[in-house]
Amino acid sequence: MTINTLKRHMRESVKSLGRNGWMTFASISAVTVTLLLVGVFLVIMFNMNHFAKNIEDDVEIRVYIDLTATEKDKQALRAKIDAIPEVKEIQYSSKENELKNLIKSFGEEGSSFRLFEQDNPLSDVYVVKTVKPTDTMKVAKQIETFKFAHKVKYGQGEVEKLFKTLKIARNIGLGLIIGLLFTAMFLISNTIKITIFARRREIEIMRLVGATNGFIRWPFFLEGLWLGVIGAVVPVVSLSFVYYNIYEFVKPRLAVPFMQLLPFNPFMWQISAVLLLLGACIGVWGSMMSVRKFLKV
Amino acid sequence: MIEMQDVYKTYSNGVVALNGVSVRIKQGEFVYVVGPSGAGKSTFVKMMYREEKPTSGSIMINGVNLAKLKDSKVPLLRRHIGVVFQDFKLLPKLTVYENVAFALEVIEESPKTIKKKVMEVLDLVGLKHKVRSYPNELSGGEQQRVSIARSIVNSPKIVIADEPTGNLDPETSWGIMELFEQINDRGTTIVMATHNREIVNTIKRRVIAIENGKIVRDEARGEYGYDD
Repeated sequence: MTINTLKRHMRESVKSLGRNGWMTFASISAVTVTLLLVGVFLVIMFNMNHFAKNIEDDVEIRVYIDLTATEKDKQALRAKIDAIPEVKEIQYSSKENELKNLIKSFGEEGSSFRLFEQDNPLSDVYVVKTVKPTDTMKVAKQIETFKFAHKVKYGQGEVEKLFKTLKIARNIGLGLIIGLLFTAMFLISNTIKITIFARRREIEIMRLVGATNGFIRWPFFLEGLWLGVIGAVVPVVSLSFVYYNIYEFVKPRLAVPFMQLLPFNPFMWQISAVLLLLGACIGVWGSMMSVRKFLKV
Repeated sequence: MIEMQDVYKTYSNGVVALNGVSVRIKQGEFVYVVGPSGAGKSTFVKMMYREEKPTSGSIMINGVNLAKLKDSKVPLLRRHIGVVFQDFKLLPKLTVYENVAFALEVIEESPKTIKKKVMEVLDLVGLKHKVRSYPNELSGGEQQRVSIARSIVNSPKIVIADEPTGNLDPETSWGIMELFEQINDRGTTIVMATHNREIVNTIKRRVIAIENGKIVRDEARGEYGYDD
C-alpha cells in the first residue's frame, strides 16, 4: 500500500465519521458508556483486590508460649513450627516487647500499664506468617497441638469469612465486566453495521470499478478504530480526573494502613491503556464483523 | 473480444435465466442486446463483468475464462471493463470530479495521473465546467454523462451499459448515444442492453435479441423488432 493510499483511507475514514454524524455519535456514545462502566468496575475491583491483599498480608498467627517453657523448649517449638511447609516466617517477640507494644497502642492511657514492667504477666509470642494467607487456619490448628503452645490466635472465623466475601465479590465483578464487554461489542458491531449499510452503494461502486476487498475494508477498519478510540477518551479522561480527586481527598484521611487506595500513578495509566486498547479492539472487531458480510459475494 | 460458449445460468431459486447461449463479439463492435423484460438480457450482460457466474459454459474475455476466474481476481477484471447503469450509480456526497476520480483512487493511481485522466474524460463528456457540482445539482443526462466518464476513465477495452437511457427523456438520450458512438469510434467495444426502439432503429448496429434465455436473433444491422 502506498503512502497516498494510506492517506486516502485515513481521510475517508475521518470524513465518514463526520458525514455519518449521528451514527458516529451513537457508536461513540455506546463505547463511552460501556467503557465508563467497565472502567469504574476495574477501578473498584483493583482497589478491592488491593485491600484484600493488604488484609491478607496482615493476617498472622500469634502463638503464645507457655510461661513454663524454658529457652530450650522455645527453640524446640520454633523448630517444629518451622518444619510446617506452609510457614513463611517466624518472628519472636519477647514479653517485654509485647508490653511495650501494648502500652504504645493505648497511647497516653497506656502509661498506667507501666506498673507491669516490674512483674510482666504477658507471654512470649511467636508471630507466624504463612506463605499463602488462606493456609492460616490450617497452620494455626496444627500449631495448637504442639507442646508449650499455650494459646494460638489468628482471628478465628473472621479471616475465613473475609476471604470468602472477597472471593465472591471478585467473581461477581469479573462476570459483570465480561458481560458488559460483550454487550458493548454487539452494540458497536450493530451500529457499524448500520453505518456500512448506509454506505452499501459506495461499496457496490467500489467493487464495480475494481477495488480489491482489502482496499474496501481499510476505511471501515480505520473508522471502527476511531470510533472505539474516541469512545474511550471520555471514560479515560473523566475516570482519571475523578480518581485523582478521590485519591487526593482520601489519602490523608484514611489512616488505617490496609485501607489505602492504589496510587494514581501508575494505576490510572494502566487503566487508561487498558480502556483505550479495549475501545480500539471492540471498534475494529465490530467493524470487521459488519464489513465481511457485505463483501461475501 | 468476448466469446460465450454454451452458457447456462440457473439461479438458486430455480429460475433459468440463460439456456445455452453462444456468441462472439469482436473488439470494437457496438452491440445492442434487446428482448422482453425477464428474458435474460440483464443476466447476459451481468455475466460479462462477472456480477453473475455461469452455471455451466465458458465466457472468455480477452483470453480469460470468467467461469473459472477466482473471486480475488475479479477486481482486476473490472479494471478493464467499464459499466454504465440505468440509475447512474453516482455517490451523492461526492462532486462530479470526485465521482470520476473515485474509480482511479480505488485502484491506487497517483494523484497526478488521476487529475489528468479525470479532466480528460470530463472534457470528452462535456462536463468540464461542472466539476464542482454535486449529482443532485445535475440533470439526468448530465448525471449519466458523469457515470459514463467514470466507466471510461480507466480506458477499458469494453464498456457494458445496462439500459443507459432508461431513465432519460428522448432528447437527452440522443446526446448520450452520441457519446457512446464517440467512445466506440475510439475502438472500445460497447455492449448495450436497451428497450429503446427508436434508438436501435435509427443508429443501426448489431442487434442480439434474447428470449427465454436464448439468442433468437443476431443481425449485423438489425431492427429492434418488438412493439413495446
